[in-house]
Amino acid sequence: MTETFAAPAVHLEAVALDKSYRNGTDEVAVLRGVNLQVRKGEFLSLIGQSGSGKSTLLHLLGLLDSPDIGEIRLEGKRIDHLPAKTRDELRNRVFGFVFQFYHLLPELTLIENVLSPLMIRYSAWDYWTQRRELRERALRMIEQVGLSHRLKHRPSQLSGGEMQRAAIARSLVAQPELLLADEPTGNLDVNTGNGIIDLLEKLNEDHRLTILMVTHDEGIAQRARRLVRLSQGRVDRIHERAA
Amino acid sequence: MYKILLCQRYLRTRYIALASIISVMLGVATMIVVNSVMSGFSHQMRDRIHGLLADVVIESHSLDGVADADLQMRIAREVANDYIEAITPTVEVYGMLNFNFAGQWITKPVTLIGIDPEGKSKVGPLRKFLDSYNPVYEDGKISREALRPAGDEPDWELSPRAWEYRRDKIDRQKWYEEQLAALESERVASSGSKNREEAGEKHASSDEAAPAVDDPFANPFQTAPGQGDQSADPYDLARGRIYVGIGLVSYPYRDPETGHMKLMMMAQPGDDVRISTVTAGRPPEHAPYLATIVDVFKSGMTEYDSSLIFCNLDELQNVRGMLSPATGKRAITSLHIKLKDYNQASAVVERLKSAFPPDQFAVKTWEQKQGPLLAAVEIESAILNVLLFLIIAVAGFGILAIFYMIVVEKTRDIGILKALGASSGGIMSIFLSYGLALGVVGSGVGVVLGLLFVHYINEIESCITWVTGRKVFDETIYYFPEIPTAVHPSMVISVALGAMLIAVLASVFPARRAARLHPVVALRRE
Repeated sequence: MTETFAAPAVHLEAVALDKSYRNGTDEVAVLRGVNLQVRKGEFLSLIGQSGSGKSTLLHLLGLLDSPDIGEIRLEGKRIDHLPAKTRDELRNRVFGFVFQFYHLLPELTLIENVLSPLMIRYSAWDYWTQRRELRERALRMIEQVGLSHRLKHRPSQLSGGEMQRAAIARSLVAQPELLLADEPTGNLDVNTGNGIIDLLEKLNEDHRLTILMVTHDEGIAQRARRLVRLSQGRVDRIHERAA
Repeated sequence: MYKILLCQRYLRTRYIALASIISVMLGVATMIVVNSVMSGFSHQMRDRIHGLLADVVIESHSLDGVADADLQMRIAREVANDYIEAITPTVEVYGMLNFNFAGQWITKPVTLIGIDPEGKSKVGPLRKFLDSYNPVYEDGKISREALRPAGDEPDWELSPRAWEYRRDKIDRQKWYEEQLAALESERVASSGSKNREEAGEKHASSDEAAPAVDDPFANPFQTAPGQGDQSADPYDLARGRIYVGIGLVSYPYRDPETGHMKLMMMAQPGDDVRISTVTAGRPPEHAPYLATIVDVFKSGMTEYDSSLIFCNLDELQNVRGMLSPATGKRAITSLHIKLKDYNQASAVVERLKSAFPPDQFAVKTWEQKQGPLLAAVEIESAILNVLLFLIIAVAGFGILAIFYMIVVEKTRDIGILKALGASSGGIMSIFLSYGLALGVVGSGVGVVLGLLFVHYINEIESCITWVTGRKVFDETIYYFPEIPTAVHPSMVISVALGAMLIAVLASVFPARRAARLHPVVALRRE
């Protein structure tokens, strides 16, 4: 833990997280005392086998779930015990999510999907009054991920890589501080997957965006600056790659 | 914002949900149609009862009545002159109607109402009910124009058509009697009883148009007071004149050729009938007299049409001995009053009650007089409304089931929205407003459908009649040329709002389920 003192400030921190799920009558412990620190502006990947608890950890860190024991701290302040409304707001403003199955809304077009976090943030009236600039912002994000030619398409009309890039644009449009990616390349072929990682790397470098990526693919994981290996619900090892 | 957008998208892409609101739509449409027709009928019925009675009726408890109509009217005017538009005195008494039809005597119990037609038509729309003022409809077309212009005051004279009928009938009668006398003299000469029978049969078969021709002036009328100057002019009317309820002198039958219902008139304007009532003396005595049918009235209320006879007031008073020998003043049993503003009826009734002692008189509005009937109609309509609303409620369960399925189908999307920061309340309001939107669409289409149906109800009726070959709405039964409808905006609005409320309520349960979904569980579903 000595490296934390030398490194940039801790952005997101998991302290002694315990989490178990009930599976019928059995209680399955998924996380057993996980400590993890994500530094500001770093690209951290979380690797582990299926069932090692990496996705659960990501969900806990992103406030999609709450831990049984332990704390989540954002810039040193505990956030996991906040009221639901505040946590909703944090998810909307602070975290950006990217999922393995893209999770775009099938009824909405690409641009509407990208705009959806902003629609959630603002009331109908506020959204209506600033719809032009919000749309502008969404268009910039879509351009950044290279999908400007696909604005009016439904998710079903897009390819896997395009859908994932759309999901990234959606997570960025809300201008989050942290991007949480859950197997972003899991459903894509190697080339497309690398393209997505290239995009994430670029965002990390250009905008100093903190990225926490969960993957089970060693090759993908190696591209991150820092790598945390999770096993049996515990942090197994932490590798650090020279910048 | 996302709520509106998603709600609108779901509405446009989930057609199965639209299927669930078809039942809402049909329920709303049915409720509007049924309510409109029922209130149309009930309005007509009230109209008819109200028309035959009067706004306020003062009745004496005794059939003997109270002396001096003018005095009573003056008393009523004194206490409530500002409210009263018109008053007419009447005598109401029970009686019996006898007439000859197809060789047999028909006897019916009746309520006799002695009126002055001019006064009565000021109190209520008497002309509306009299046959000679209204055209006759058959198969939706006018088959006979009105016999009298609408502007004429009703009186006790025959219409030209009735006169024609009467002259014709009396001529035939005379001819028949002459033939009979000739035959009689012949029979006296030779024993020809066989010939007489033959002649009688021949006459009956050739004269179906005037079936009552068979000896109407035979012995029952020998003692009738109205018959005194009968000998002067054979065409002269009897002193008693009546408007008779159509149900008393007719019966419906099915025309074997067309299959339509028709009315067979057993007696018609121009015919003489015998009326028996009781005198006002103590003890009451039998008082028969002869009267000419001047007109037939159809109020459309079977109860009235088959029991009421309006007759000339003075003759009824004469026959019943309701004249004070000392003063010559005439007695009456009730006063019919028309008010300037019916809304003040209860106040007027209170004032009149103070002037007319309750041990002698009953003062009532027409609604109070017909209280049980009107209450029954209201209850009927309320029960029907409850039943129909239950149909919409059942439709609500359809919405609930389909919504539940949609929530299950949309579980992943709900997880995404929550991950993107949507609150539970927001998710819930997506589905609630979706339910509301379905309710609005369903009841909107239902309202339009229902109103169109009501508007074109007669066209639809004739279409059904044409398809099935059976008359759905028979004007001879209902006395209406068309199906009456009355659309009350408040009814339409409350039905539509009720349907929307049910749609929203039905979506509460699925919406709560959606709101409670745990984002991680929702996202994990693939």
